[in-house]
Amino acid sequence: METLKKYYWKWAGIVLLVYTMYMGFAGQVPRQAILNETVRNLYFHVTMWFSMIALLGVSVYHSIQYLRKSDPMDDLKSNAYVITGLVFATLGLLTGSIWAKFTWGDWWTNDPKLNSVAIGMLIYLAYGLVRSSLPDEQQKARISSVYNIFAFIIFMVLIWILPRMTDSLHPGNGGNPGFNSMDLDNRMRMVFYPAILGWMSLGFWYAQLRIRIRKIEVLLEEKEQA
Amino acid sequence: MLQEIKVLFQKELQMEWRQKYAVHGLLLYLASTIFVCYLSFKAKQESINPITWNVLFWIILLFIAINAIGKSFTQESSQRGLFYYTLVRPESVIYSKILYNSVLMIGISLVGIFMYSWVMGNPVGNMSLYVIALILGSIGFASTLSLVGGIAAQAENTSTLMAVLSFPIIIPLLLFLLKLSKSALDGISIAENWDEIAVLASLDVIVVVLSGILFPYIWRH
Repeated sequence: METLKKYYWKWAGIVLLVYTMYMGFAGQVPRQAILNETVRNLYFHVTMWFSMIALLGVSVYHSIQYLRKSDPMDDLKSNAYVITGLVFATLGLLTGSIWAKFTWGDWWTNDPKLNSVAIGMLIYLAYGLVRSSLPDEQQKARISSVYNIFAFIIFMVLIWILPRMTDSLHPGNGGNPGFNSMDLDNRMRMVFYPAILGWMSLGFWYAQLRIRIRKIEVLLEEKEQA
Repeated sequence: MLQEIKVLFQKELQMEWRQKYAVHGLLLYLASTIFVCYLSFKAKQESINPITWNVLFWIILLFIAINAIGKSFTQESSQRGLFYYTLVRPESVIYSKILYNSVLMIGISLVGIFMYSWVMGNPVGNMSLYVIALILGSIGFASTLSLVGGIAAQAENTSTLMAVLSFPIIIPLLLFLLKLSKSALDGISIAENWDEIAVLASLDVIVVVLSGILFPYIWRH
């Protein structure tokens, strides 16, 4: 019972993901021109971005905490969440690329959202470079926290404001109807929302595993030095 | 705090005035880049597409900004940084740098557009809107790059880090600027571009405020 209570969200995540997988491949979806069966990708592509933003947001929270309290654990957590966010961004790009190939006809289309995400990846890879180029632990933690907060806000401007001001192939931008108005019927909603939660819990689980591994590594390093 | 900003700003101006080579270097950089562009676009192909004209100018400005502002933290020795630390608030340091770099960038971009129009022609339909875009862009470049300059100055490979860190972060700003200056190019009136001007101005404000909040943490060590 004790373990069940402690890890309930992980179990919930597993159940939700099994449900997503089953409904995603075998469930009923509306028939629409061009989209056809690819609309199933909604559960696997769009959810990645929700998870990525949540993970990066938590990472910024830990960066702020680090700047306030200078606890090295906060920096470790913030870094783990950024890396997990990047993993989800990569998955989002891959699933999106497949979707684009079968609906818009190309692996990579010139679309503001795609370009924004590519820039976002560059921003966070630069974050990795800052970390590796500063030898001093405290300095590394402080500077990368500052950069993380700054980058996140710029990234939000990039993905929320900019695509709305230019034409995009994505729904909800540049005069295209959003998912809510017609495409997303109630059957899909019953899978889409649980899918977001499921993928998010997978993301947080993954990040926590990373954090625990890093903690052990830090402990081992300290032991070696002692 | 305003007093501190004023004193530091005057100090920046005086330092620049005493070592004129830095500003001269930037102007020469500007002039030679523009002339290289002239030789490779206009002189060879006889004409340049207005959109290329616009993008090229912003890219020239971006590179000059990275060069000009990247050095603003490295040119002062660390002992002097320690000296300031005992005297003034870190917010004053970053705000005075932003102010000074904004003035510098506005100056350079205005001189730049003059030289650029001279050799490359000027297809801009609404010049006052273009100048607004230049001013907002200069402030945005100055504030973003001042903070990034502060970050990059902490590491050893400053110039590489400066470029790698600032390019992706400056792209949103650059895209908005290209959009606004494209409207100016097409001769659309200022009244019809209030949205873009407002977005750019608020982006500038966000960056300036963020720099003020975050800089003290970079500086404290």
